[in-house]
Amino acid sequence: MLAIFKRELKAYFYSPIGYIFVGFFLLLSGYFFATDNLMHGIADIKMVFGSLNIIFLFLVPILTMRLLSEEMKNKTDQLLLTSPVSLIGIVVGKYLAAVAVFLISLIITGAYPIILYLFSSPALGEILGGYLGFFLMGAAFIAVGLFVSSLTENQVISAVATFGVLLLLWLMDMIVPFIQNRHIVSAVQWLSILQRFQDFTLGVLSLEPIVYYISFAVAFIFLTIRVLEKKRWS
Amino acid sequence: MIEISGLTKWYGDNVGVDNIDFTVQKGEILGFLGPNGAGKSTTMNIITGYIPSNAGSVKVSGYDILKEPAEVKKRIGYLPEHPPLYMDMTVREYLNFIYEIKKVTFNRKSHIDEVMDLVKIGDMQKRLIKNLSKGYKQRVGLAQALLGNPEVLILDEPTVGLDPKQIIEIRNVIKALGKEHTIILSSHILPEINAICERVIIINKGKIVASDTPQNLSKKLTNDSKLIVRIAGPEAQVIKSLKALNGIKYVEAQGEKEPFSMDYIVEAQPSIDIRKPMFNELSKQGHPILMLKSLDLTLEDIFLQLTTEEEGM
Repeated sequence: MLAIFKRELKAYFYSPIGYIFVGFFLLLSGYFFATDNLMHGIADIKMVFGSLNIIFLFLVPILTMRLLSEEMKNKTDQLLLTSPVSLIGIVVGKYLAAVAVFLISLIITGAYPIILYLFSSPALGEILGGYLGFFLMGAAFIAVGLFVSSLTENQVISAVATFGVLLLLWLMDMIVPFIQNRHIVSAVQWLSILQRFQDFTLGVLSLEPIVYYISFAVAFIFLTIRVLEKKRWS
Repeated sequence: MIEISGLTKWYGDNVGVDNIDFTVQKGEILGFLGPNGAGKSTTMNIITGYIPSNAGSVKVSGYDILKEPAEVKKRIGYLPEHPPLYMDMTVREYLNFIYEIKKVTFNRKSHIDEVMDLVKIGDMQKRLIKNLSKGYKQRVGLAQALLGNPEVLILDEPTVGLDPKQIIEIRNVIKALGKEHTIILSSHILPEINAICERVIIINKGKIVASDTPQNLSKKLTNDSKLIVRIAGPEAQVIKSLKALNGIKYVEAQGEKEPFSMDYIVEAQPSIDIRKPMFNELSKQGHPILMLKSLDLTLEDIFLQLTTEEEGM
């Protein structure tokens, strides 16, 4: 698994994809930091995360589109599946590599709160909560992208479909005002991937959203393994 | 070493491999021969654990591929039809990665150097794989299979895309490896199988149609008593003197191949060696024999005979 993780992480930076992801992530988060915080003189980092949310839907597919699609296209899956590495090891190794690239970008944005501290004194809890929440949400999104990339050999289809699925998850909240039934509303709100994120940015650290995001990611990793397993049997 | 029994693989309604049985002994080089789509690659993919079979079992060193895949995969080096290369890595980076996923325990640098020397890609080690020629890519694929010195090597058309000189080199490498490894090699180049393999399995439409040494296979299907003879002299006279010989069944002229001489196919009774009496008789008549050889079937002929008979049925 470690070998897969290392290769995958390096592969992001053999090709321009890793640079594009990190570059755009930093460019856009820097833009939002400048406009939301610096220009308005508001020391509240959660505004950056709020704006970055929707942009992130575009960035995740860049990160995940090639994960499994490329292996299938180049037939290198044959190498991995005939080597003494388990399927779980392959999938988790790849997933963690994508998460690592995301984490690297997120750590670089740690400069923003430091800048805020120079001029004001924002609440530490809110900042740390915001970062943890955004990381967990991103990790859940990446799991969705990983799953979609296991369904197709075509990277473009993989990217577009991932974006579609993520957009749908994101729009789930918007449908709430149109639903009369109380139970459905609470079910949709419970499932909503964005709703949970709000809790973090308020500086409330509870176990429930953490478990939610982690199980969300685990579920999609599990589905990915099942898809690959099924491909071999058919 | 490798025991395969009752192996069957369906692709939807089409049968890919149909109830195949064979075993490969330790240190044997087995040739796997068949037309395109015969089931060679499918069989190899099942043995290496890439795809599971619908029925039957594969055992390598006593380990079942479905029950203990990790044990089997550890013992096999596999070069698939398309070498599984990461185009954006250099040759050495790639082999380093293979070294890691195969959990090889030899000294990393010296082992990789050794393998690179064996397939002669040492000069290319700093180049990106995508910039290599097809022949070099094939060699990197072979290097990948050799890494970790596995007991069993499964090579799916290992010499595809190589130039004639490289083909001979790689064949010699495979032959040398065959001293210590068990090798299954597929090919549709028959002289190659003839040159390397100790035993041949011919497979067609998912079924084994023949299994023997290349020599036995040609012997079995060769008519020993058929000769091709080039004789100088007028056709009518030559045929007449040939037919006068004791034990001749059949003579057929093949047309003029050199000025004033002709090729004849001569078939004698199986129990009689016709060559001496024929020589004496013809020299007495003043018709010198310019060439004489038995009409052996090559592996090509056998292959065509076996695989097309099947189709005719």
